[in-house]
Amino acid sequence: MSGEKSIFGLSAAGRRGMVLPELDVPADGSLEELPAELLRAELDFPEVSQVDVVRHFTRLSSLNYHIDKGMYPLGSCTMKYNPKVNDLMAALPGFAQLHPRSPDRLAQGALELIDRLGGFLAAVAGMDATTLLPAAGAHGELAALMMVKAHFRKMGAGRTRVLVPDSAHGTNPASAAMCGFDVTEVPSNARGSTDLAALGKALDERVALVMLTNPNTLGLFEEQILEVIELCHRAGALVYCDGANSNALLGHARPGDMGFDVMHFNLHKTFSTPHGGGGPGAGAVCVKHVLEPYLPVPRVVNEGGAYRWSRDFPDSIGRIHGFYGNFGNQVRAFTYILALGLSGLRRIADAAVLNANYVKARLAGAYDVAYDRSCMHEFVLTGKRMARAKGVKTLDVAKRLLDLGYHAPTIYFPLIVEEAMMIEPTESESLESLDGFVDAMLAIAREVETEPELVRHAPHTTPVSRFDEVEAARKPVLRWRGAEAAARPPAKPAKTKEREAR
Amino acid sequence: MTHPYIPLTAAEESKMLQACGLASVEQLFECIPEPIRKAFQVDGLPPGPLSEPAIVSELTRLAGANWACDRLVTFLGGGAYDHHVPSIIPSLLFRSEFATAYTPYQPEVSQGTLQAIFEFQTLVCNLTGLEIANASMYDGATAAAEAALMACGANGRDQVLLSSGVHPSYRDVVGTYLRATDREATLVELDTTGQTPHAAVAGADVAALVVGYPNYFGVIESLAALRRALDPKALLVVVANPIALGLFAAPGACGADVVVGEGMPLGAGLNYGGPGLGFMAVKESLMRRIPGRLVGMARDHHGRSGYVLTLQAREQHIRRARAASNICTNQALAALASTIYMCTLGRQGMIELAKLNYHKAHYAFRALEGIEGVRAVFPSPFFNEFAIRLPREPRAVLERLEREDGIAGGIELGGDYKGLEDALLIAVTEKRTRQEIDRLVAGVRRSVK
Repeated sequence: MSGEKSIFGLSAAGRRGMVLPELDVPADGSLEELPAELLRAELDFPEVSQVDVVRHFTRLSSLNYHIDKGMYPLGSCTMKYNPKVNDLMAALPGFAQLHPRSPDRLAQGALELIDRLGGFLAAVAGMDATTLLPAAGAHGELAALMMVKAHFRKMGAGRTRVLVPDSAHGTNPASAAMCGFDVTEVPSNARGSTDLAALGKALDERVALVMLTNPNTLGLFEEQILEVIELCHRAGALVYCDGANSNALLGHARPGDMGFDVMHFNLHKTFSTPHGGGGPGAGAVCVKHVLEPYLPVPRVVNEGGAYRWSRDFPDSIGRIHGFYGNFGNQVRAFTYILALGLSGLRRIADAAVLNANYVKARLAGAYDVAYDRSCMHEFVLTGKRMARAKGVKTLDVAKRLLDLGYHAPTIYFPLIVEEAMMIEPTESESLESLDGFVDAMLAIAREVETEPELVRHAPHTTPVSRFDEVEAARKPVLRWRGAEAAARPPAKPAKTKEREAR
Repeated sequence: MTHPYIPLTAAEESKMLQACGLASVEQLFECIPEPIRKAFQVDGLPPGPLSEPAIVSELTRLAGANWACDRLVTFLGGGAYDHHVPSIIPSLLFRSEFATAYTPYQPEVSQGTLQAIFEFQTLVCNLTGLEIANASMYDGATAAAEAALMACGANGRDQVLLSSGVHPSYRDVVGTYLRATDREATLVELDTTGQTPHAAVAGADVAALVVGYPNYFGVIESLAALRRALDPKALLVVVANPIALGLFAAPGACGADVVVGEGMPLGAGLNYGGPGLGFMAVKESLMRRIPGRLVGMARDHHGRSGYVLTLQAREQHIRRARAASNICTNQALAALASTIYMCTLGRQGMIELAKLNYHKAHYAFRALEGIEGVRAVFPSPFFNEFAIRLPREPRAVLERLEREDGIAGGIELGGDYKGLEDALLIAVTEKRTRQEIDRLVAGVRRSVK
């Protein structure tokens, strides 16, 4: 085991973790009259004391790596410091205990915050309006694609295609497909940018939207962005900016000024809300006037100083969330923006971009940079040479980093770089911290030369070693089945090819 | 002056620029075409950093402009409920190890998150009576929408029956998602008992029927009867309140193929409706179609048992345009809150909690029904929420309850349901005391006299 039993394994009949309020009203006898088939027969839940619960989850937590412990060089994920004051502000009872069905007259503070945060983001984006309803970046992409679809439907244009570069995040084509669009991939050029000629060839009167990431997933600013967007607009298509990499642009440049029609921000990347082990995040979609009528509802409107939710937008795509998105994260992002102001946001981009270039410069000798030009907030290495010469893959390098006290970078993405390692230090790391990471990477590069086996079988110091993920997917066990699971024959220790070679 | 979130000093900046062979930070941004940099202008943002006391003061002012459940006794429900959040939840949830960890793509340093998700999946399966549960969705409404899309994909049909007893906002979200792929939802109106009529769903060549359990009016519908009436190929998708499942039959045991719902009542708090917690459980046959992340057991190279993200070939980062869904970031931390909650309450606690909710709501219902001119909208069994008709305009009654009694008395139904302009939806959780319920009843009596 990884060291911690299942909570079901800690269960003992009769234990309890909490005392509930007493029943202080007479029962009306109606429960006894209900037909038995409507009622539950049994509930297989653990019975544990409060001490058991606290210790179980505290012990589990100790098995995690996290940003408060150390650096995450995860490209495109922007794992920056999550300020504590954000969490405290989101926990204020006036926010945390506010019921979402409260009449607007009882929620004026929340509505003001939503309205102002939307304004902040539109200003940073250079756009005209914002929706904070999406619960994540991919949710924002989906909402934007629905808006684009509604727009062309209203114009009577049969535009059914979406173009994405081959370096795009997987969510871009997945969101487009979920919206019923045909997706075409456009190849990048030798400099890692959008290939104008290939784009021109792919564009026709059926293209509704071109989805770009800028800076792109190679960490490179699209040098010809003005020409690219003009080309799209001339073909009658709208242009989307996947704002996952917005950290690089804060206080320096605005997607709206580049000509983008619509974009999303990941509040859990650029605006510091915690990742939570996979979520909740928050997406925000900013649009130019052309798409504003289609924004999802409800929208906050301000009439004579009083805020209210309105659904009175006949061209809207409709609702995309049961309530108002991940409000708790909206409070955090708002707090973050106040804590930085415009000058602070600009300094974030300065530091994020300088940090990335510094790490790239220091690693450039020992590793190969995929596109060796000035990067923005992240850059991509290729482990192709190590893989060929020494049989050490990018995966092995990533796992060895875990031994040395760092999280792995994003690996095998973008797909257009063989054995890719994508590194984004963010502005949160000090020079000592960056040097520590670089030294670890350089030590691994030396190990690849002298002790490749050590790297190939890493990690060695983590609570568990590498898993047999193929076997896990072949016979999936997706829930605790008590004795049944324990009775499974123990799997043979997997023999990797590398081990057999040894 | 450096900013507390940005360690970089001026001296380090020079040193690092030198290492990069650069003279200034500005040079790093020269890859951005000049017209774009020249056009840069941001209005409406605070120009510089605020101090922490100033931030706290501003946020406290905004929070104070809300009338939350700390200041009003609430009987609001409608998809969000004022349940107690055990103190150990915030204490465990905001441990840095959970809150500031990334998605567990590196299982060797993420066993804490992975095992917690595995336990979440198990608890959701046991609660719903189904075999496979995912690691979470954005909220109950989007989980319902994804279930509808999954059903269309599973049986190759395009029409979804949507009971009018499903939360109105959820119905809107399902409609939005279906419209995007030119599919449609057909509304099935509740009958006069507040149940989805079996005859209306029978024999139709549809992808799925979506019903609420309890439905928006708190009514417990007969799932087994709906399953019997429904075409065998069509999926029965149940939108369930997880608290109710401590008392009422597990939908999986009644023939549901998919159970989704909003997990916020399980200790995630209200937070003005988000972070929500969508959950989704399905029959085993839908394992390779379920959207979202799945955690499975695995063995490491030393034969030790542990947990990994598995069946990732369904997901966007592998399958791209052919993925089961575009979902990536989910609601993991809210799922952890609910896992801690379900473990803390445990087997007995979940049953007792559901009974408390049931009895308190019924006590309130009987007392309100006893007021002259007040009557039930539906005669069916209900859980912790019910609809009543008032002899005067609900808005006036609610405003007087707020003003004079400090009570948020319920939700007006007229906006969402024609013919219910005189009706209120009232929810009663375990937190409401007899005294508070009596105050509500007295306030309503006074207002309708």
